[in-house]
Amino acid sequence: MNTELDPKVFKGISASPGIAIGRAFVLEDMDLAVGRWQVPPEAVKAEVSRFRQAVADTRKEMLTTQQKILKLLGKTHARLIEAYILILEDPLIAKDVVKNISQNRVNAEYALSEAIAGAVKALESATDEYFRERRHDVLDVGRKILLHLLGHEPQSLDDLKEPSVIVARNLTPSDTIHMQTKFAEGFATDIGGRTSHTAILANSMGIPAVVGLHDISRHVRPGDMLIVDGHTGTVVINPSPDLVDNYRRERDIRLAEKRDLEGLRDQPAQSTDGRRLTLAANIDSPTEMKGVLSNGAEGVGLLRTEFLYLNRAALPTEEDHLQFYTRVAQSVLPYPVIIRTVDIGGDKLVDLGFAHLSKSEPNPFLGLRGIRLSLKHHELFRTQLRAILRASAVGKVKVMFPMVSGLEEFRAGRKILAECMEELRRENKPFDEKMEVGLMIEVPSAALVVDHLAQEADFMSVGTNDLIQYTLAVDRVNDEVAHLYEPLHPAILRLLSQTVKAAHAAGKWVGMCGEMASDLDVTPILLGLEFDELSVSAGLVPKVKKMIRDLSFTDCQALAQEVLKDPTRDNVQRLLRQFQKR
Amino acid sequence: MDFFGSDFVIEQTFTVLNKMGLHARPAAMLVRILQKFESHVRIRKDDQEVDAKSIMGILTLTAEFGSKLTVLADGADEHQVIESLTDFFNTQVHEE
Repeated sequence: MNTELDPKVFKGISASPGIAIGRAFVLEDMDLAVGRWQVPPEAVKAEVSRFRQAVADTRKEMLTTQQKILKLLGKTHARLIEAYILILEDPLIAKDVVKNISQNRVNAEYALSEAIAGAVKALESATDEYFRERRHDVLDVGRKILLHLLGHEPQSLDDLKEPSVIVARNLTPSDTIHMQTKFAEGFATDIGGRTSHTAILANSMGIPAVVGLHDISRHVRPGDMLIVDGHTGTVVINPSPDLVDNYRRERDIRLAEKRDLEGLRDQPAQSTDGRRLTLAANIDSPTEMKGVLSNGAEGVGLLRTEFLYLNRAALPTEEDHLQFYTRVAQSVLPYPVIIRTVDIGGDKLVDLGFAHLSKSEPNPFLGLRGIRLSLKHHELFRTQLRAILRASAVGKVKVMFPMVSGLEEFRAGRKILAECMEELRRENKPFDEKMEVGLMIEVPSAALVVDHLAQEADFMSVGTNDLIQYTLAVDRVNDEVAHLYEPLHPAILRLLSQTVKAAHAAGKWVGMCGEMASDLDVTPILLGLEFDELSVSAGLVPKVKKMIRDLSFTDCQALAQEVLKDPTRDNVQRLLRQFQKR
Repeated sequence: MDFFGSDFVIEQTFTVLNKMGLHARPAAMLVRILQKFESHVRIRKDDQEVDAKSIMGILTLTAEFGSKLTVLADGADEHQVIESLTDFFNTQVHEE
């Protein structure tokens, strides 16, 4: 039936390569547009109590969340959910909605949506940005009550039961964490960029994704035929049979290329003239583990641990941590795994489902996150460090700290680690006494004093996303300035070169685990700068490996020297293009 | 909300001294304070008047730094309401 419909073409940002052809699974975005109907006079009382029950249930849910936040992040943060509870208790909801139901005999959903819409409209007209943004809080609370009224959970990716192309407004870790990855053939989302969760997840799963499609989720209906072309960033709804055939052919060609890449699995990441790199995989969640060895990665260069804190009723225990770390460490043997201690904060706090939390800090990216949060909340940090240490007894484990801005923080982290070691010795629990301890170079100040850090750290890994945005003072998700987010900016190249040199001068190894490491255009520069390790999404390991195997280290060194001398990013781009055309 | 016996309504005007205005946290504190009282309390800014026990109402006032707010309290504990609000508005500058 769908073939009779006009095909619709959407252009977005290609976030993960590949072609998916399949039926759409649409993840609904809850909106407050609900039907209005008349309630018979004898049922008004029941309707009012149905509403009150929904409010009470919502309140209970919020109090649970508040407890969770209290345990996870402390009092200041937990206080913010108070604002939500106050909205819930607001006379506009508690009294006016009830009045509307009783006097006009309308259904509770409708009465609620009217009250919410009224408040949202009033806030929308505010001239002050801060007050205008508060409408999201009101809408959030409205949605929560509405869900309780409707008595069902919002549709989620847990419902995915057959192979489908997933269409959504946006995908967050809490959406995808329980997704059956085998059923996901591709992603198409309204918002997001190349470094969004959707992009990272799709790359690691090796499935195509197109993001930034504006309002595609409103145009696709469940079951529509879709083509997602992750190479060009195109999505076609209800394509003609001819178009489907064309795409099938192209997909087959690409799959053949992919098989060629798979042939490289057991080959080293070595340049034509013998320079050997370690090529490792980044891991966000357990679902990505199986891709590590199958793609030929030499271990895990970045094990993110934030997911351990997602979607759960209580903080993860030492055993929870240990179980996960042990599983990863054992599954990648004989290769090592580098565990990064938790970096919740900034945008990830929002992903935790606690959107209002980030508002506690006027500037969360410059706020309490990474090692800062760990040093402030020792209990949280110790639990994690003890588990990492214990995992080092059964696999090759290294640990690194995120967001270190100088030597003091690194030392403070190491001191707590030493205390945890002492505890474990007393408890007769085995661990690797020589476990390597490193840090992320992602704060410009750390890159500037990297010579001092290299004296004490066993290794360093550059986190490019943060390093670039902090160095260039560019918020990469802000459309107004996103074009200034430039990995090849001379300032960034200088920091990278300096970092590698300082590490090597101190006899330490240095890697890169940020997005830049997986940009094939930049691989020659990274090789030329003499990075020892690159860590990328598992799905990209074969491509980066092929690239390295096609390059001459001597040529790349010359290229690196040349770009370092260049004053503008445009020139750097040109040099790079010339190099590629040789 | 009806105001019974409007001749007994007491009124007082305060200035918002919080640099960020009466934003979510101070607005929440204000509502929490007022929830303890029986009196009907309304807040007027320019030509807009809202229920002072409603966080959404207060937020829609968009009371920025320097705004003048007139509080109207009516009820058995209206004097305590004004006293508490005087405390609240005098100490708000410390609450960022």
